[in-house]
Amino acid sequence: MIETVAILVSMVLAATPLLFAALGELVTEKSGVLNLGVEGMMLAGAVTGFAVAASGYGPWAAVLAAALAGAALSSIFALLTLLLLANQVATGLALTMFGIGLSALVGKPFLGMPLEALPALPIPLLSDIPLLGPLLFRYDGMVYLAVALTIALHLFFRHTRAGLVIRAVGENHDAAHALGFPVRRIRFSCVLFGGAMAGLGGAYLSLAYTPMWAQNMTAGRGWIALALVVFATWKPLRVLAGALLFGGFTMAQLHAQGLGIAVPPEFLAMLPYLATVLVLVLISRDATRIRLNAPACIGKLFHPDD
Amino acid sequence: MKFAKWAIALVVAAGMTATAQAEPLKAAWVYVGPVSDHGYSFQHDQGRKAAEAAFGDKLQTTFVESVPEGADAERVINQLAKDGNKLIFSTSFGFMNPTLKVAQRFPDVKFEHATGYKRADNVSTYSSRFYEARAVLGTIAGKMTKSGTIGYVASIPIPEVVSGINAFTIALRKVRPDAQVKVIYVNSWYDPGKEAAAAKALIDQGADVIAQHTDSPAPVQTAEERGVWCFGQSSDMTRFGPKHHLTGVIENWNEYTVAEVKAVLDGSWKSHDTWGGLASGMVKLAPFNPAMPKDVVEAADKVRDDIIAGKLNPFAGPIKDQSGKEILAAGKNFSDGEILGMNFYVEGVQGNLPK
Repeated sequence: MIETVAILVSMVLAATPLLFAALGELVTEKSGVLNLGVEGMMLAGAVTGFAVAASGYGPWAAVLAAALAGAALSSIFALLTLLLLANQVATGLALTMFGIGLSALVGKPFLGMPLEALPALPIPLLSDIPLLGPLLFRYDGMVYLAVALTIALHLFFRHTRAGLVIRAVGENHDAAHALGFPVRRIRFSCVLFGGAMAGLGGAYLSLAYTPMWAQNMTAGRGWIALALVVFATWKPLRVLAGALLFGGFTMAQLHAQGLGIAVPPEFLAMLPYLATVLVLVLISRDATRIRLNAPACIGKLFHPDD
Repeated sequence: MKFAKWAIALVVAAGMTATAQAEPLKAAWVYVGPVSDHGYSFQHDQGRKAAEAAFGDKLQTTFVESVPEGADAERVINQLAKDGNKLIFSTSFGFMNPTLKVAQRFPDVKFEHATGYKRADNVSTYSSRFYEARAVLGTIAGKMTKSGTIGYVASIPIPEVVSGINAFTIALRKVRPDAQVKVIYVNSWYDPGKEAAAAKALIDQGADVIAQHTDSPAPVQTAEERGVWCFGQSSDMTRFGPKHHLTGVIENWNEYTVAEVKAVLDGSWKSHDTWGGLASGMVKLAPFNPAMPKDVVEAADKVRDDIIAGKLNPFAGPIKDQSGKEILAAGKNFSDGEILGMNFYVEGVQGNLPK
């Protein structure tokens, strides 16, 4: 039983960076912008967070700096695609490559440096409950933050006017514009939010998961986060479930090897992607459901004079 | 006018040949990672620095870091040869074919390729018997484990990694006959996230000692956090696990590099293959953790000294395969060729070797 709890905990930890990045991308996409630069923004966050923490400014300053770094990188994307009307797919891909290179350059002096991991913050009383305590209430602060943001975003899109406005902008920017909403400004802030969240996801890796800086240490998690948004059909709570599932697949593949189970590990490694494809096929069967979930204006350029 | 040009050209050319004789030997290094990775490329760069220190102004060195294996490598090596480097160290397995191609184009340039198996008249190869150090780690693991389950974070199922797992397991079971080794491959040499996750999975499955054959310190960090013993890789990783890092396999190319540069300088260089172990100093052990009990240190020192003295072969028979069938009789040793092509697990390793 103790082992099961430990395995579930390791799943949650593996899911956390994905959850941050995917929630950010979800908000970006809800506003009708597709930013494929998640991987690059995560790396910017990872290296900035590590640099600030390693320079002795404390973990929370590091987390904040990581969010700012992610947002800063995403502002380049926002300028190019929203103001200068560059193609979003190409710009996003370029942002990823730029982020990989820039983070490697900035991170050079920090290679091979040890760092104290983000401290665990057990919640008093609750963390002493047998089984449930270690399973739910003994994480570091960023894990709680990720879960809290999931719930907040769920409520935000469901019950607030601002959430509705973002959805309107993502569904039909011309109509939103005609109603007098500042489409570009709203999209700009959503892209910045997405960048900040990706930065947090990266920082979780370099500050808590494996407290160190290594070139390209996100190792494709930005792309998983992108898949996760589609997998979750643009719903925050489903992103949480999906992130846990993806984290679970990551751990399951390793556990299967350790137990000597004869399923090829390569097969288990591709399961999350297979699941994404499967979900895409399933939701695509029903045209109305896609229309209900996917923001209709995603990836489309908006020009206020049109 | 024309004559004047020729005359000037001749004088310049003569001047260049004259200075060329007094010029230092130009040597270049090509690394697969950044030199500051404190791991594989870092150790190779230590060799370059040792050569610089040994030969002073007789040697002029340059290096190119983070060179991807493949077409880029050929361009980089070619450019270095064109720039007048007379000795080029290409230090990763994936540089093998590019090195040989460039070597054909520049027959008067000497090449040193690490961990490969293809040679030419102007291409030498060198590598280390890492498995010898892993036999020492296995001995320590056998003494330190309580659960009898050892976790092994491995990179890619190639003979170098498999022979390391086997040497480790054979030594382990000499100390603790019922011990088992659980292996998880992360399919990468450097993926901190996945290496940490693999170490966690192994610990959750009951391992109380973690060994690794991947390059990042993530498994050491994870072991430190979870309070289990661990071994590092490539360079001294004590700072990532000050309490639980027992020791580790360290690559040391310094003496070899100095010797090869010297051979080129005095004209005695010849193409050859070097596969050095603990005795040659090409493989070393990181400083032992002071928390290691005295009898464990003694046992480890004895295995190391016996291997150095040639009294102990980590692959001495009898050796059984996973099904318990004897595959090597007592009194026999595996040959170098058999070790270099090892593609099976010995008794005591759990799971199937991915093919």
